Amino acid sequence: MKVLVPVKRVVDYNVKVRVRSDNSGVDLNGVKMAINPFDEIAVEEAVRLRENQLASEVIVVSCGSAASQETLRTALAMGADRAILVESDAELQPLAVARLLKAVADREQPGLVICGKQAIDDDANQTGQMLAALMGVGQATFASRLVVEGSAIQVTREVDGGLETLALKLPAVVTADLRLNEPRYATLPNIMKAKKKPLEALPAASLGVDIAPRLRHGRHEEPAPRKGGVKVADVAELVGKLKNEAKVI
Amino acid sequence: MKTLVIAEHDNTRLAGATRHAVTAAALLGGEVELLVAGDNCGAVVDEAARVAGVSRVIRVEAPFYRDLLAENLAALVLSLVQLKLYGNVLAGSSAWGKNLAPRIAALLDVAQVSDVVKISGRGCYQRPIYAGNVLVGVESDEAVQVLTVRTTAFDSAGDVAVDGAPAPVEVAEAGPDLGLSTLLRREISRSERPELGAAKIVVSGGRGLGNGDNYQRVLTPLADRLGAALGASRAAVDAGYVPNDYQVGQTGKIVAPGLYVAVGISGAIQHLAGMKDSGVIVAINKDPDAPIFQVADYGLVADLFEAVPALTATL
Ligand SMILES: Cc1cc2nc3c(=O)[nH]c(=O)nc-3n(C[C@H](O)[C@H](O)[C@H](O)COP(=O)(O)OP(=O)(O)OC[C@H]3O[C@@H](n4cnc5c(N)ncnc54)[C@H](O)[C@@H]3O)c2cc1C
Repeated sequence: MKVLVPVKRVVDYNVKVRVRSDNSGVDLNGVKMAINPFDEIAVEEAVRLRENQLASEVIVVSCGSAASQETLRTALAMGADRAILVESDAELQPLAVARLLKAVADREQPGLVICGKQAIDDDANQTGQMLAALMGVGQATFASRLVVEGSAIQVTREVDGGLETLALKLPAVVTADLRLNEPRYATLPNIMKAKKKPLEALPAASLGVDIAPRLRHGRHEEPAPRKGGVKVADVAELVGKLKNEAKVI
Repeated sequence: MKTLVIAEHDNTRLAGATRHAVTAAALLGGEVELLVAGDNCGAVVDEAARVAGVSRVIRVEAPFYRDLLAENLAALVLSLVQLKLYGNVLAGSSAWGKNLAPRIAALLDVAQVSDVVKISGRGCYQRPIYAGNVLVGVESDEAVQVLTVRTTAFDSAGDVAVDGAPAPVEVAEAGPDLGLSTLLRREISRSERPELGAAKIVVSGGRGLGNGDNYQRVLTPLADRLGAALGASRAAVDAGYVPNDYQVGQTGKIVAPGLYVAVGISGAIQHLAGMKDSGVIVAINKDPDAPIFQVADYGLVADLFEAVPALTATL
């Protein structure tokens, strides 16, 4: 079984982004970029499946500009076997990405797709679900445990009240939550090896799907900062403030 | 143009998120209909019909809707939208709504807007990105607007007056059973405490608690005294102090209680994303430079193992 793992290049999670002074967007000049943390977890899960002989090949795919090659190399260094860059310099919204991934899935026929549950830039949390819909297959989002059993999987999901476990037929789409695994660090020899692994670049246009943005993003602004608070000296002062000033207890 | 709100429920009770979504739906103009799909869910239908602002309840029952799984529900909503020409489809942005809405949007071949916090009119929204560090205006001309709405940004719709008439209930036919997924089990935490997403006071603990026993021993009495829900940082959940549904943050629950007490939490942006719209924030942390103090109304630099029991005793 092939496992397909879509990965996205995003602003590193440690960076606090700033809005451009004309409010037209976020200033990404010189900002550190990284593989989306949830996608990293997805790659790790796929690589473990292959290491446990439950998958034959792990293919990572990224939709975006040439810079996403770096993200794909990161995934290859973690142990993915080969990479596909669906290249486009245009803005790609979740529906467009899902369509491109569907086209790649048609070509590769993966038994399983593992996505990250959301990208930490647009925080949309849509692509996996959309891809599952377009492929006409089952979905198990926010996964914290994945068990492959022949042509089916069992997935434990993090839901609002706790956990739920689903059984799905393969092919299926799973989206990874934080506690699915702890991704490995790529070792230097593996980083070197990754440079030689196959990375195929496909122009997005060659896949023949409509990727025009459907949503227009207008004004970007930073939320009003909270008013500066005070430090209290001790518990007694804290309780006094909560009772008499804030009146919340 | 009519709006269809999809009800989240457990065949017994309507989830809180749905009432917030009804309030948001009213801002789009036009009638608001509430879809209750389930199995033996009569109690939910009755409850739904009494939610103020709902003009009609659409009731669809089949055994394969019992667990409200996304595949069959999305197929049902697709056929309802085509049949009844809804212009908008809404769900609360709970884990359930986030799982379902994008699937519906893709079947309808439209974009979806996640986590809407402001509706200025149909097709004109605001939503947070980058862990809530940026708010962006989003415009959409899609024929059907599919949205998830952040519950903390819209009030909960109440009930119609006791002597008021409930909304009419229309029974609609079930859609296909696709058989793509089945529920094996749910492990839902049962608690006497208020629900984290809806509580007026939240007491949250982080890695500073050290372990699960400490978390329970130190925070539970405080939460009991305050009638508060308990929450946690990702680090506390990852380390197994508390179950996953306690996590507050960018990728956990978004809460905005009147009072949020952060104990032994450093205040990473991913955590702040989930709680910085709280009314009053209290931080107890031994590190005076912890970023949590930048958002705290009242900061107490102290060892939590001394300060929290003292606080509990004083209340
Ligand atoms: C993709 C991604 C998503 C994430 N999503 C979330 C999310 O949704 N929610 C979330 O919370 N995090 C999230 N995180 C993790 C986040 O970046 C932080 O790692 C996490 O919030 C830290 O938790 P903490 O504050 O409990 O731990 P730490 O950062 O380790 O802080 C512990 C604090 O306890 C204090 N302390 C220790 N001992 C004592 C004592 N005796 N008395 C008083 N204070 C004490 C310390 O001074 C310190 O400030 C995410 C990270 C990533 C990469």
